[in-house]
Amino acid sequence: MSHREAALTTPSGPGGASAGDPRSATPLDLGHRASRRWGERVIALVLFGCGLISVLTTVGIVVVLVTESAGFFREVPIAEFLTGTRWSPMYSEQHFGILPLLNGTLLIAAGSMLIALPVGLTSAIYLSEYASPKVRGIIKPVLEVLAGIPTVVYGYFALTFVTPFIRMVFPGTGIFNAASGAIVVGIMIIPMVASLSEDALNAVPLSLREAAYGLGATKFEVSTRVVVPAALSGIVASFILAISRAIGETMAVTLAAGATPRMTLNLLESIQTMTAYIVQVSLGETPHGTLEYKTIFAVGLVLFLITLAMNLLSQRITRRFREEYE
Amino acid sequence: MNDARFLPKQAKRKRAGAIFQAVCLVSIGFSIAVLAILIVDVSRDGLRWLSWDFLSRYPSRIPARAGIKSAILGSLWMMALTAGISFPLGVGAAIYLEEYAPRNWFTRLLQTNISNLAGVPSIVYGILGLAIFVRFFGFGRSVLAGAATLALLILPVVIIASQEALKAVPNSLREASYGVGATKWQTIRYQVLPVALPGILTGTILSLSRAIGETAPLIMIGALTFIAFAPTSPMDPFTVLPIQIFNWTAKPQADFHDLAAGAIIVLLVVLLVMNAAAIVLRNRYQKRF
Repeated sequence: MSHREAALTTPSGPGGASAGDPRSATPLDLGHRASRRWGERVIALVLFGCGLISVLTTVGIVVVLVTESAGFFREVPIAEFLTGTRWSPMYSEQHFGILPLLNGTLLIAAGSMLIALPVGLTSAIYLSEYASPKVRGIIKPVLEVLAGIPTVVYGYFALTFVTPFIRMVFPGTGIFNAASGAIVVGIMIIPMVASLSEDALNAVPLSLREAAYGLGATKFEVSTRVVVPAALSGIVASFILAISRAIGETMAVTLAAGATPRMTLNLLESIQTMTAYIVQVSLGETPHGTLEYKTIFAVGLVLFLITLAMNLLSQRITRRFREEYE
Repeated sequence: MNDARFLPKQAKRKRAGAIFQAVCLVSIGFSIAVLAILIVDVSRDGLRWLSWDFLSRYPSRIPARAGIKSAILGSLWMMALTAGISFPLGVGAAIYLEEYAPRNWFTRLLQTNISNLAGVPSIVYGILGLAIFVRFFGFGRSVLAGAATLALLILPVVIIASQEALKAVPNSLREASYGVGATKWQTIRYQVLPVALPGILTGTILSLSRAIGETAPLIMIGALTFIAFAPTSPMDPFTVLPIQIFNWTAKPQADFHDLAAGAIIVLLVVLLVMNAAAIVLRNRYQKRF
């Protein structure tokens, strides 16, 4: 933006125009100061309003989930909802126990972490401790591309590649199974774990590594016994964020893991997660205002509270246990 | 006293190191292999469907006649409206937080709130959009309701990226501007924003590329999966590429899976172009101080 343009759009401004423009060498025009001050106030207020939108979003989420769930809990006792082991709101014999959905969600989260945590962390260690700048220049974009692929594409990948593969290894497995969903969710979370953990590893000062080398440690020992412990809070925080994302992941598990709410720890069975249930209801013909419809708000509330708790925990760990090095 | 404790055992330690390095390499290789397999898997099924007809036809119950015209147009509408809503709000909020906000509890609350919103699952935004935009504001199952929902979804990312860009503007620029008598807004408008703009745009494009791939919140607000017309106003019903992909993938017939693969290729190309644009913008226009 040039000074000339600035001068044209704010003719009353004594400051904006005076820089190097001889035509505006008039005496200071103090008469417009009041109006200018008003304009400044309005702008500040508008910008404050923009900031407020984010607070309103949170308030909106909480109000919507709580008020709609309240209607649900008037008809279904909270105790039954939280401890029931059968979930069948759409059948004639209705049961509203969320545990099967929670079971499915946690099964997916646990399965995906078996992939995302070890692969993500070792990738991070490699990137931060071993890789040359040239190798990093190749690997980082690959991880960024993996992170940018839409989740529905991972769902397609699960159904057309991962599931047939699983069925080849374990014949008799159904088309929909938790393992396929867990594997692709794990894959899509690797970049996040790798990138956040790498940031934590990079923040460990070089002097710590040099001291360890000075004592005769090998690169492996320096990485795993000095650098990783020093970055542990950041690594753990990234793990918790990863679990939170796996719990909230929707499309891949909707497509691959099935629609059978079930209490099981068998990854080869069809299950249903909380997110997949919400999608199932909104795709169906359930009329607005019915008890069946209100279930999505109750399930949504549980989902929101779990992910919020994990995000807050992750932030607290980063803040509390960070080792400061100077 | 056992002297064995002080043996350097170098061979063993070196071997452990070599094994560990191999494990790390396998991890990295895993990600690269997955990306390669995914691309091959999608191209093998989808490339032969890609044609001008596929791009210019509406969806059909007969795979051979199906196309993604309504999905492409819906995605374009969605992108334009989402950008139009989230960009001014996000940049405004970032300017407030970086340039105006006092250091007090409320500002800290705003900042914590924004980082927490970034971690809320997208489907929860869908529930919010359904209750607020579709029903309360009465937008119905329209492009506008979808765009407003996606705008709220990416707002935290736009704000955080814009804040980073504003933080990178050196204070000397602001001080020089104040020194020649500019007001606060004049300083921001003519000195700070022009310098921060490439960074802000990069962040916005990247978050828009997230919005363009979002499926779950739009299913929640009721984007139809079978739409054989193009939206002509923000109040029209719509479908988008990810929803079309979801719809086709969820069908049992293999032909529809191949159609989904074709649509995935189109979606990935769009994403690639957006990411490339963001990178070019970052490298070409970003000033370093």
